[in-house]
Parts: sequence; structure tokens; C-alpha cells
Amino acid sequence: MIDLIASLVPSSIAVHAPILLVLAPMILAPVAALMPNGRIAWLLSILATGTSLVMAIVLLSQVRSIDGGAIISYHIGGWAPPAGIEFRIDALNSMILLLITGIGFLASVFCWPSVVAEIREAKRAMFMAAFLICFMGLCGVASTGDAFNLFVFLELSSLATYVLVALGSSRDRRALPAAINYLLMGTIGASFFVVGVGFLYAVTGTLNMADLAVRLQDVGDNKAVLAGYAFILVGLGIKAAMFPLHQWLPNAYAYSPSFITMFLAATATKVAIYAMVRFLFTVFGLDFTFEGSSLIWILMPMGIAAMIACSFQAAFQTDVRRTLAYSSVAQVGYMLLGISLATTAGVSAGLFHMLNHALMKGALFMAIAGIVLTYKGTSLNDFRGLGRSAPWTMTAFAIAALSLIGVPLTAGFQSKYALVDALFESGWSWAVAVVMFSSLLAVVYMGRILEAAFFRAPINPNKKHKEAPLVILIPLWILALANIWVGVQGGFVSGLANDAAASLFIGGAR
Amino acid sequence: MNALLGQLNPGILMILAGLAGCLVKSRRIRQVLMLVTPILSLVLLSVAARGVDISAGSIMGLDLVLYRVDSLSFIFAVAFLIASFLNAIYALHTDDRLQDGMALAYAGAAIAATLSGDLMTLFIFWEITAVSSVFLILRAGTKAAYQAAMRYLGVQILSGVLLLYGLTQVYTATGSLNLEAFTSFDQPGAKLIFAAFAIKAAFPFMHNWLQDAYPKATVIGAVVLSAFTTKLAVYAFARLFPGFDVLIWIGAVMTVFPVFFAVIENDLRKVLSYSLNNQVGFMICAIGVGTAGIGSQLALNGAAAHAFAHIIYKGLLFMSMGAVLYRTGTTKASELGGLYKSMPWTTVFCIIGAMSISAFPLFSGFVAKSMTMSAVAHEGLTVVWLMLLFASAGVLEHSGIKIPYFTFFGHDSGKRVKEAPFNMLLAMGLAAFICIAIGLPLVGGFGYTWLYGMLPYPDVAMAYQPFTLAHVVTQLQLLVLAILAFMLLKRFGLYPPERPGTILDTDWLLRKPGYGFAKWSGTVWNKAGPAMTAVAMRLAAQTYNRLEATFSPRGALARGGLTNSMALWSAVLLGLVMLVVLLAN
Repeated sequence: MIDLIASLVPSSIAVHAPILLVLAPMILAPVAALMPNGRIAWLLSILATGTSLVMAIVLLSQVRSIDGGAIISYHIGGWAPPAGIEFRIDALNSMILLLITGIGFLASVFCWPSVVAEIREAKRAMFMAAFLICFMGLCGVASTGDAFNLFVFLELSSLATYVLVALGSSRDRRALPAAINYLLMGTIGASFFVVGVGFLYAVTGTLNMADLAVRLQDVGDNKAVLAGYAFILVGLGIKAAMFPLHQWLPNAYAYSPSFITMFLAATATKVAIYAMVRFLFTVFGLDFTFEGSSLIWILMPMGIAAMIACSFQAAFQTDVRRTLAYSSVAQVGYMLLGISLATTAGVSAGLFHMLNHALMKGALFMAIAGIVLTYKGTSLNDFRGLGRSAPWTMTAFAIAALSLIGVPLTAGFQSKYALVDALFESGWSWAVAVVMFSSLLAVVYMGRILEAAFFRAPINPNKKHKEAPLVILIPLWILALANIWVGVQGGFVSGLANDAAASLFIGGAR
Repeated sequence: MNALLGQLNPGILMILAGLAGCLVKSRRIRQVLMLVTPILSLVLLSVAARGVDISAGSIMGLDLVLYRVDSLSFIFAVAFLIASFLNAIYALHTDDRLQDGMALAYAGAAIAATLSGDLMTLFIFWEITAVSSVFLILRAGTKAAYQAAMRYLGVQILSGVLLLYGLTQVYTATGSLNLEAFTSFDQPGAKLIFAAFAIKAAFPFMHNWLQDAYPKATVIGAVVLSAFTTKLAVYAFARLFPGFDVLIWIGAVMTVFPVFFAVIENDLRKVLSYSLNNQVGFMICAIGVGTAGIGSQLALNGAAAHAFAHIIYKGLLFMSMGAVLYRTGTTKASELGGLYKSMPWTTVFCIIGAMSISAFPLFSGFVAKSMTMSAVAHEGLTVVWLMLLFASAGVLEHSGIKIPYFTFFGHDSGKRVKEAPFNMLLAMGLAAFICIAIGLPLVGGFGYTWLYGMLPYPDVAMAYQPFTLAHVVTQLQLLVLAILAFMLLKRFGLYPPERPGTILDTDWLLRKPGYGFAKWSGTVWNKAGPAMTAVAMRLAAQTYNRLEATFSPRGALARGGLTNSMALWSAVLLGLVMLVVLLAN
């Protein structure tokens, strides 16, 4: 399938796939902004994300063409690295690119009815343009091989995100403080990151990540490197909503336009985690003794704290979107736990859970967008009886919810199982109990929503029977069925995660 | 096509058909589906090769054996299939898509679990039984049923989680998920898996979900529920824990303790639920006999035969009570009585079920239970043997006599209702036929030898003679004395009355300490139960308040200027990382 699509693309285009992937949204974003009509801008965004998706598939096929994973290095403007900027695609990049572009494409297909309902007409074209910039930034982060370039793309996407979140204010005024909070925190995170990169540059004189990795080995023990490491870890931790630096996330997710919530929940934190993994295992590597101890003393406790505390918080929320937002932070905890094991199995499980989480949260928030469209409210009481009045939407929601809980035959079960397996392999049996407990809490908080939707009578008995439009239902069901597909036949997705994790450890410590 | 179909686990076929049934609006088509699928599955099962992995799959690098038949799983699967067919007939008068579909899917899940060849597959279907069965309780539609269903679901999921935890330990330790019997509790995962099975089998102190949920289910639901969940657990024990000594004692206790509760209970479906515990106790006890990891062939035969017979006659009893509930709207002993005139056929079938469960010679219970008793006697476990004997008398008392007597005879309630619908009678008639057919000593493959031929160790079973003089006489003595006791107690007004509020003569109580004890423990339970619940509730409320004060939107974690605290946290974390990193260097 992948190779088939890739073979349809002419080779003259395929060699430029890395840059085209980022260029398509970059060029179409200003064009979309100039469009007088929001609908045309929407179609342009589908075109842009679709092009990127095809390019991501081409890249994946190229990477997988060699056993063990090829590394595609694309020199921007023909300038050779380390001086020139390089786009560097290996198994990990191609995996995360497929995730972003796939979700981005589905999101831009489904978004229109939701945008019409929530954004004023005059702003729609600009809104779609901002979405494309955000999308482009995320793709750029996932492609670039240059540390400073990564910062630029990260900030591009973040700046667009602040605007997008703030636009939720026409539905709920609380979007404005949420956006300001996010802006401040995001900026702190970005500054930390750039300070860290600065330290590394001062010591090594290079910004290319592959080159950094080599030179850092030679530098050896150096306090500036330590400081750079700490700044980068915390900076990216803020972007990835690592507990306790997650507090920008619930409000931003709860009050931004439904479509943006769905897109951000499925991609934004994932990209930050990708960047973290890239720095942890490629740039620094386990040869640095301090890294191992920071994994065990910082990343793992924070991951576990998130799994417990945020699951509890999710269980007490009265708004469905906030419940899911807190659950996202808890799920980030699972990923960090897997990564903190620093074994191939552990990182692979973390990445696998990341992919699956994009599938389930994407479906959940998409279903919520459909509900907001037809029934407005998102409090738990508003969800009462929805199972009867919008069965297709809520069934897809229920499938994704079961996947989030980790019921067998769903994606969530597969990745949790992989995580448990990795934990056992590293001898951390006690952490397995934490995973189980946190899953039990997931039963509680998702169970409350499902109970309200399927077993309670609606508060307003006159609520009429109304489904979300087909343009929402189809992408929603694609994601929901993907959850089951991965759960039953998960080889492809877990293979992606395994390859990605393996590529990190090639020639490395383990 | 044939080859493909032959590889299909019949349980999975039934799950799929059940799910499809939930969607079929036409009642006729759905009912045909419900009736045909078990028969087709039975055909598939009967042609399946024994002892080989018929179909295998792979999820995430785990090799799963989706379908494997051997003599132990075969008899359980056959019993489940028969039960599922009878249940479908019993449900023909209703038109409830969800109930029909879920009943079939639930049966399918139990069968698929029985026919699975590895722990992971077992776990997956184990969970599906939990999820699909809960609908059968929910469909009763009452608030009590809803709450019981949620408690039931919680307990069942807990069992699944324990099983999963256990199997990951097994897998990490051995690298294999084979269904190999454990030989001791020291093996990794053994204790967890044991606990998971124990919950599902409703061991003492883990049994409450059963009496809680089953009597609150729908008419059909209770019949369906009675067949599968606990017997699946019995199968699982026979597969993984044969010959574990502790099972003998747990089983023996399990046979005895429900007797007291069943005798004083007023709701007859609850009486049947207690007697379900008691019956499962016999099977568990039999599984425990023999050497650890192997068991005793005679006793395992006994457990399997008992499970087979039990599924049919317990289903029959629940069916008859369901018919009564359907017609009169109640199963309270105090509100029933004298129904034999209005419901003659139901009465006859109920009595056949009652005689089977009491193990009258020539009924199915006798040929099954004798084996267990013999095996226990062989091992020289006198105390256990006596406990089982006492329990047998108890069974007769509460299931064999109490159920039919209070419903169909006893004081006349004045209720004059129609006989049960024809499809219910047909289902009960077929079940009654099986109860008698497998209890009779007929020649060559008919009668009880048909059942014995299907047992896990058919050679041992065929060599066993249930109808020896000693067996028959012992059993008859027991039965006659128990009936006599009941009649005497009834005559002197001593039997715990069906009407709550009748005062017993204390002076007689003193002279019959057995029933005194039953009455006393009932009172204590009634007093202590709520008190314990109240304490638990208070503790739970306190914990909840603490959690709420911390985590809720108005709680401590959410208070304070967001940005301030977060900026502070970033600084704190940065310092922490620096510290860790510096220390490590």
C-alpha cells in the first residue's frame, strides 16, 4: 500500500519530498490568507495537508527501502551540512511525519462545518492560514536536522497555535486567558530551549544535530553541556506538557475551537516528545552518565506522577473536554515512562503509545467537535442521553474511549501491553502496578462519560435526534476503526515504533 | 471454504452472530440466527480435530492459539452450546435485540475462552464474557439492576486485570503463554491467576457479586447468566490448577456455607444463586483432589460431569423460576404457593430439575456427583466427605424441596395465572429430557454412558459404576432422611417460614441448634452487614472528599494564579534537573 502510493509519485518529485512536505503548507498558507472566501481556504488546506501526507508516505517508503532504515539527508539550497541546514529523515522522523500529516489531513477534511459554526465569517480564511502555518511548523520540527532550525519551526507552530486558541473566544471568552497562559508558558519553554541550544553552540560551534552528537562526545565532561542539557530538557518538557509543567494544556484544549483541540491533542505534544527523544538519544546519548540519572530521577517520577495525579484530576472534571485534556497529560506520562526506561523496548513502547494516543484522542475530540456542532454544550450533563440521539457519533466515541482505557482488541491495549512488557524486561514490576492503577482510573473517568451518554436519560427530553454531518462522521470512523485495526493487527504501527526506536540506538550505547 | 470454516472457533462465530443479532431488526430473522448458530457451532465442534492447534494467530509478536480442542475443553464447550440453544428457545417469546444478541455473544465468549489454546486468548474472551453479560442484568431496567450491574462489571473487570497481570508474569518468566497446569503457587503469576479465577468462580468472600446480580437480571438474563461465568472459571481451574490441595477445602467450605443462607432466603431466584455457589463448590473440591499439576482422573471426570449436568439442571430451575416470574411478577416465596393447578407443566419440569440437583438416582445429578464423592472417599478425606454429605442434604433442602414446595404447593397464594408460554415449556421440556436421559443406566452409548464417554478421561469414566448398591442406598438414605426432616420441620412449623414476620417458637429452636444457627447467623449478617457497609461507606466518603479537595476543578491543585505557579514550577524543575545532572557527574 505504502509502496504503491510512493511509486505513483514521479521520481523527480520524490527526491525533493523532504522539502516539499514543508513547502506545500508554507506556500499555500499566505495564499489561503488572501482568499476572500473561507471555503476556498479550506479546500487549499486540504490540498496542502494532502500533499504533505503523500510526501510523508513517499519518505516512509524511501526509509523502509533499506533493511534497518535508510537515512535521507536533504541539503537546503545545496549547502552541505554542518554549515548548511539539513533535513534529515530517518525511521523516527518518517514515523512522526506520517502521524502529523495523516492527522492533519483528516483534521482539515473534517473541520469545515465546525469552523463555520465557531469562527466568524470574516476570519475564516485567516484561521485556515494560521492552521496551515501551525501544521507547517510541526512538520518542520519533525524533518529538520538542525537544532536552531528546530527552534524556529517550533516557535512558528507555537505562535500560530496561540492565535488559533484565542479564536475560540467567540464560543467561550475564557479562550483569551487560556491563550495568554499558553503564550507565556510556551515562550518560557522556547526560551529555555534556545538557551540550551546556545550553550551547546558555545561549546561545540555547531548546530547540526548529527554533528553535535559527534562533537559532544569529544567535549566530554563540561558544565556548559550540563546546563544546556537541563535547559533543553525542561524547555521541551513544557512544550510536551510534562507534569507539573502541563498547566497550560487543560484550558487551552478546553476553550479553543473544537477542530483545533482535536488537531493539537493529536499532534502538538507528540512533536515536542519527538524533539525530546531526539535530543535525549541522538544528540546526547546514554554515554553521558548524567543522562541516565536524569531519566530515572526526573522523567520517570514525573511520568508516574502524571499518570496518577492527572488521572484523578480527569476523574473530577465536569467538562468532557477538560476530562480528556487531563487524560492527555496522564497519557504523556505513559510515554515518558516508556522513554525513561532507555531500552529499545521501552522507547518503542513509548512511541507506540504516542501513535495510538494520537488515534484515540483524535477520534475522541473529533466526536466532541461533532457534538458541539449539533448540541453545543460539553459538560457531563450535556452528554446525557447522547448515545440515543447521536448513536453513530457516540459509538465511535465509545470505541476510542475503550481504546483509551486499554480494553483488549483495541490500540490502547496493545501499546499498554508493550509498555508493561518493557517494564518487566527492565525489572520494574512495581511500575506495572502503577500502570494498572492508572488504567483503572481511566475506566472511572471515561466510564462517567460513557455512562452519561448511554445509560442516562437526557436532561432535556425534547432533544432531537441529530447526527454530526457526514464530513465529520467519515474521518471520525476512519480513526475509530483504526483503533480497532491496530488492536487486532497492530504489526504495521508497532513496526513503525520499533524501527524508530531501533534507529535511535544504532551504534549507541545499547 | 470448508477448511476455512473448520478452522473457525465456534465461540468466535457465536460472538459475531450475536453482534450481528443486535443489529437485526426483524424478529424472525434474528430468532433463526439465535437458534441456528449454536447448532452450526456444535457441528463445527464435533468435526474438530482433538489435541492440535487448529487455528493460530499472532498479535504483536505473541503467537496465539485461537482454537484448540481436547477432551477437557470439549465437554464444557458442548454443555455451553446446549445451554445456549435451550436459552434461545426459552427467549423466543421476547423481542429484544440487545438481549438476544448479547446472550449469544456472551455464550460465544465463554465457549471461545474454553476453546482457546493460550493465556492471552483466554484473557481476551474472559473480558468479553464480562462486558457482554452485563447487558443481561441492565436490561431488567430497574435502578437496583443498574447498580448491581455496575458492581458486577467492576468485579468482573478486576478479575480480568488480575489475570492479565498474572499472565504477563508468566510470559516474562517462561516466554510462553501455553495453558500448562501450574504445579505450585511459587511459580510466577500463579497466585494472581488463581485470584482472578477465584473471583469468577465466586469463592467464599468473593461470592457476593453473584447473589447481588443474578436475581436482579431479566427473566431470560438469569437463565443465561447461570450457565456460563462460574463454569468457565471451573474449567479454567481444571485446566491450570488441578490437584491443588487448597481447592479441596475451599470447595468444601463453598458447598456448606450457602446452605444456611439459602434456607432462610425468601427470594427464590436468590436461593438458586446460593445453590449455584454450593454446586460450584462440589466441582472445585473435585478439582483439588490428587497431585498438584495433575489432579486425579476420577475426580476431574467428576468435576466435568458435574459441570455438564449442572449447567442443564440449574438452567432448568432458573427457567422454571423465570416462567413463574414472567406470569406472576414475583419470585418471593412469601407471595407464591399453590401454583401447581395453574402451571402444571412448569411444576413437573421444576420437580425434575429439583430431583436432578438433589442427585436422585436415575437423574443426572446422581451420576455426576457420585464420582466426586467416590474420588474424595478414595483419597481418605473423611472430613471433606462429611462436609460434602452435609451439603448434599442441604441442596435437597433448599433447592430440591424448598423451591418447588413454596412455589407450586405450600399455602395457596390464590394466584391463578396462565401456564408458561409454549416456547418456555419447550425449552424446559428439552432440559428436563436431558436431565433424565443422562441419568439412566442404558446400554451402549445411551444414558449415562453417553455423558461418561465425553469426559476428559473416558476410560476411567467407563470403568466407574455409579449404580452400585452402596451408592444408591447411601444416596437414598440421605434423601429420605432429608425429606423426612423437612416434613417434620414443616409439620411442627419449624422450617424457616416463607412469610417474613412469623415468630418461631424459641423453645423448639433450642432443640434444633442447626436451624437456630442458621437463623442466628442470618440475624447477625443482617445487623453486621449494614454496619460494615456503613463503615466502608464512611471511609470511602472521606477518601473521596480528600481526593476531591485535591484534584477537582475547585481543588488545591487547580487553585492559584496559573501562570505564576507554572513559571515557578519550570524554575524548580530546571533547578532539579541541574542538581540531578551535576550530582550524577
